[in-house]
Amino acid sequence: MVMPTARYIAHDKLMPWLLGLAEGRRVLAPVREGGKTLFLPLREDSRLDLRGLADDSAKAALLPRCEPLLEFHYAKTAGVPSRTTLEVREILPGQETFLFGVRPCDARGFTVFDRVYDAGTRRDIYYCSRRDKTLVAAIACADPAETCFCNRVGGDPGGSDGADLLFTPVEGGFTVEAVTERGGAFLREQALEEADGKAEEAREVREAVRRAMPEGPSLDGAPDEVLRLFDDGAFWESVAAKCLSCGVCSYLCPTCYCFNMTDESNGNDGVRVRTWDNCMSFQFTLEGSGHNPRNGKAQRMRNRIGHKFSYYPKLHDGNLACVGCGRCIANCPASMDVRAIVIQARSRVLDKEEYANE
Amino acid sequence: MSDSYRSNLYLPDMATIQEVIEETQNIKTFRVTLNNPDAMRSFRFEPGQVGQLSVFGVGESTFVINSPPSRMDYLQFSVMRVGELTERLHKLRPGDQIGVRAPLGNCFPYKAMKGKDIVFVGGGIGMAPLRTLLLYMLDNREDYGKITLLYGARSPSDMAFSYELPDWLGRPDMTTELTVDNGAPGWERHIGLIPNVLKEMAPSSKDAFAVTCGPPIMIRFTIEALHSLGFEDDRIITTLEKRMKCGVGICGRCNIGTKYVCKDGPVFTNAQLRRQPNEM
Repeated sequence: MVMPTARYIAHDKLMPWLLGLAEGRRVLAPVREGGKTLFLPLREDSRLDLRGLADDSAKAALLPRCEPLLEFHYAKTAGVPSRTTLEVREILPGQETFLFGVRPCDARGFTVFDRVYDAGTRRDIYYCSRRDKTLVAAIACADPAETCFCNRVGGDPGGSDGADLLFTPVEGGFTVEAVTERGGAFLREQALEEADGKAEEAREVREAVRRAMPEGPSLDGAPDEVLRLFDDGAFWESVAAKCLSCGVCSYLCPTCYCFNMTDESNGNDGVRVRTWDNCMSFQFTLEGSGHNPRNGKAQRMRNRIGHKFSYYPKLHDGNLACVGCGRCIANCPASMDVRAIVIQARSRVLDKEEYANE
Repeated sequence: MSDSYRSNLYLPDMATIQEVIEETQNIKTFRVTLNNPDAMRSFRFEPGQVGQLSVFGVGESTFVINSPPSRMDYLQFSVMRVGELTERLHKLRPGDQIGVRAPLGNCFPYKAMKGKDIVFVGGGIGMAPLRTLLLYMLDNREDYGKITLLYGARSPSDMAFSYELPDWLGRPDMTTELTVDNGAPGWERHIGLIPNVLKEMAPSSKDAFAVTCGPPIMIRFTIEALHSLGFEDDRIITTLEKRMKCGVGICGRCNIGTKYVCKDGPVFTNAQLRRQPNEM
């Protein structure tokens, strides 16, 4: 399919256009509420906030914090009151959604999910049906924060991986470009003016932000370092020492996809719900017998870093399970910095090798 | 391995408990059938594969299917009472409804084991997965060489499958040894820890596979004993347990390095485990 040409939308037309879209579907957008900028359903009185990265990632659009998977109902059997019957039904999601205003890191986070939740014959229908029904519109960054490091984990502040449409801030508004066929079909139906010369300006904006990113060594290619440090308990104790295991890093992370499943009952009725989980919690791997393979937080930190920078890349063509949004750094109550941990792991391995060679 | 994933990965088949066997003071065996007769008729699995049992309102947990695929009148699960879900399972009676998501995970390499001698070493509830493979091999006896079983438990009353032991002890086509940590009046078999009894028995490692399952500490010392008997790591097979939720390699908690015990396991050779980080 030939992609439609780039379009343009002026700042003052944006909100009316989005509200128009919201008539037929759910529109999620970064909205200022309670002192935070969060992805919420857009309403007429919403304060759209496109200044930078939202406080939360947009992953709840595809994997809600808490979602019912199944419902069940017990009932007495007529005639044999000592027997109960049981009915179980699946609860499938189905809402068309326009997810507007994610940054390239967050959009790329969805590709981390896709490799796990949509893996050939193993498709998680809850995630996949949301993904199929959600059009993702990303906005290229213009003003990276100090904690931004997408460029160090294979990302691009002007990139569109995981998105269907790419918006780029230009003088007076945004250019709009289709990235996927789905995005192209959508854009063709919109009454938006042609971008003309603004498309070139958009390219320059994206080039400029690439140059403006904070510099630092790449965090790619750490799989083996993390594994070689696996039995270095002192190292993991030292990097995990100040972690409070609070989980804010997991909950704000656009790639943390681990979940829990629990049953909630009310009398004869109940639901099986899926909720976000936190690998830094002691309960995450606690077994019925009391045995816990990740008993201490050093072991849990080792798995957290290992999963993102070693295990996941080994399983998925070198792609890291980190997109460099920096929320875990900006929001950690103990000022942990995942970039520093990976760099420390690397230099620790180098030190050991030098020591061994001396 | 089985890649026949259901369209909704998390929706169990409804099943009925047909029979409950009280094995020991804390182990019960459940024989269940799927409510949909077509689903029951077309149900296929391989020895070593597991299932998630649901008690709706409490949750789900993973148990090995310990009846062999060569006997499909029911699916059998043996459950040790250790936590919330198993506590509730132990209260269920014949006729009660549960959910079953099965089969999940990989299986014992029973095809590669053809023509070889087999040494089973089971401890406690770890006998359950071995039972599947043992019965499968007994049902296909001509495909396998000498079969040896060492089964141990804390005390004679902690031995599951006690009603099957006389058959296993009496069969001319297998060698069975039993051991307990603590004897009791009338106990005439071994008293001693499994790895020590195994070393005394000294089964030959020539053209042989060893299959072991039990508590982590028992597995560790059993593997040491097997090494001392000359078993190579790729001929030592074990089956692991972890806390699991999804059972299909998504929810992210049962991994050892890059391997998910629910999906890539639960069966591993010791050679495979040694290539993964040591996080048992």
